[in-house]
Amino acid sequence: MDSDEDERIPFSQRPEWSDIKPVPQDDGPNPVVPIAYHEDFRETMDYFRAVYLADERTPRSLRLTSEAIAMNAGNYTVWHFRRLILETLNTDLHEEFDFIENIAKSNSKNYQIWHHRRWVAEKMGTEATNMELKFTRKILSLDAKNYHAWSHRQWVLQALGGWEDELDYCLQLLEEDIYNNSAWNQRYFVITRSPLLGGLPAMRESEVRYTIEVILLNPDNESPWRYLRGLYKGDAEALVGDPQVSCLCMKVLSVRGNTFALNLLLDLLCHGLQPNGELKSVVEGLTNSESDSIDPSLAIKVCSLLETLDPMRSNYWAWRKVTLPSHTKAI
Amino acid sequence: MGELEMEKHVRYILTIEKKKDDFVSLVIEHLRINGAYWGLTTLDLLGKIETIDQDEVVSWVMKCQDESGGFAGNIGHDPHILYTLSAVQILALLDKLDVLDIDKVSNYVAGLQNEDGSFSGDIWGEVDTRFSYIAICCLSILRRLEKINVEKAVDFVVRCKNLDGGFGSTPGGESHAGQIFCCVGALALTGSLHHIDRDLLGWWLCERQVKSGGLNGRPEKLPDVCYSWWVLSSLVMIDRVHWIDKEKLARFILDCQDKENGGISDRPDDAVDVFHTYFGVAGLSLLEYPGVKAIDPAYALPVDVVNKIIFKK
Repeated sequence: MDSDEDERIPFSQRPEWSDIKPVPQDDGPNPVVPIAYHEDFRETMDYFRAVYLADERTPRSLRLTSEAIAMNAGNYTVWHFRRLILETLNTDLHEEFDFIENIAKSNSKNYQIWHHRRWVAEKMGTEATNMELKFTRKILSLDAKNYHAWSHRQWVLQALGGWEDELDYCLQLLEEDIYNNSAWNQRYFVITRSPLLGGLPAMRESEVRYTIEVILLNPDNESPWRYLRGLYKGDAEALVGDPQVSCLCMKVLSVRGNTFALNLLLDLLCHGLQPNGELKSVVEGLTNSESDSIDPSLAIKVCSLLETLDPMRSNYWAWRKVTLPSHTKAI
Repeated sequence: MGELEMEKHVRYILTIEKKKDDFVSLVIEHLRINGAYWGLTTLDLLGKIETIDQDEVVSWVMKCQDESGGFAGNIGHDPHILYTLSAVQILALLDKLDVLDIDKVSNYVAGLQNEDGSFSGDIWGEVDTRFSYIAICCLSILRRLEKINVEKAVDFVVRCKNLDGGFGSTPGGESHAGQIFCCVGALALTGSLHHIDRDLLGWWLCERQVKSGGLNGRPEKLPDVCYSWWVLSSLVMIDRVHWIDKEKLARFILDCQDKENGGISDRPDDAVDVFHTYFGVAGLSLLEYPGVKAIDPAYALPVDVVNKIIFKK
């Protein structure tokens, strides 16, 4: 940047800008939503409009866009013009990364910054791979659920590569916060899309083991329950046929009632699971109302438990109860 | 919890932009047209659209149009699909679509479709399912859907579907309620809702309701009034809205009102803004709150406007 934030010299007093006539914002004759501008910001934008309208793609214009972006990183027209200047001047893009990193520190959820970053990385190609993986790690270390950073990282992996350590990275983030749904999503992304791991069929067994372990430690965590189902995507038969899955439900429920375990059990029953005596007695143990014990169907008992345990979604569970497939009513 | 402070919210919207030396208004200069859409739609939902000078709005909106046919967020800025939808929605709201060169606008939007069916936001090529929704919504309002390859557009959205039934910004991206609204909306407007597993997605969406009654946008995140729109409209479109506790949600939204000066915030006791005021009121509209006009969950416009423009009723 040209100047310190504290001691900003107005453009009107900078000799190198004396040839430029600033252009004020045209808000129309009677602005619908009149806007009060800060003086510094207004002046910067007035000079920006002047060089933009004159299409002046010079180093000083580039510096001016740096100042304008530092004041408001959301203005996409400034970014747009900056890219045109970078293209025209053939600027060293390494410097551009530094600039972005500086701006991103305080604006990590700004669409324009991420889009610009991607544009620069795309131009650089695989030379940028490690830098981009490192950069997104840094942002994610501050906010592990930053949607932009994750999108950028997924793009880097797919466009430039760098899959080698990604599963370890997911593991590391999950160790830091096992409730981080973004990290679970990334894990699924890696096991299904990494060219190095052989895809879902090759990964299923070890992933199921890992996920079950995690669930047993924190049964109230929504993400691994969904992840577990994802591992059997589109294959209800395999889900029902895997004894580890029904065994997981039983283990969790033998401690106390849990909506995710009951819901998974309900789906297993709907898809044809034949419950054993142990599983039945675990559910019995959770049921204490008399009306439920009169009904012989395990699936109905599970629905009733869910209605009680999760009253906010009682309509959902009531719906599940009335739409139970007929074969569940005999077990 | 009290009632919806309708008059105060109307007054808040009418005066919000007149505040001087407000840094917020300064940094949103470039997305002023979004702000205008949020404010005007809220006014209409509250039955007070006639309090503004409509001709003035229309002439300002038209000054934001670029020669490409697309609209910018303000006069003199660059066009983007985000602002183009807001412009078209505002004109639809005011029943002034006839001032548009419909083919010019729709050609701009259609020109942003990529080979794989996705849409870019502008000439710089950022791809996101938000833009798929925006393009489809825009062209539906303009009745020019035939200008794009709808089949490919739908295919791309479907490729962004996740194991939990939700959708992300690009294939493999995490499910997020805002992106889900866009994808469900895009599929609804193209008659393609059969691609959705309604029960699976419906369950994910109703799991977004937390103890306070508010909705979050992803697991383990804080509730926010904006999800009263993103989650609720999606649930309405897939006909599963009865799965959440509507009364608790309404109470959460009402608790986010500034009962003195009007406006609605993201969470109770935070600062209000026009964005959350719109989403709060729109959410209450979907909850059929008395006195608030009905909003269409896919077009994000009042139902009577959609009937007039789309169905010529």
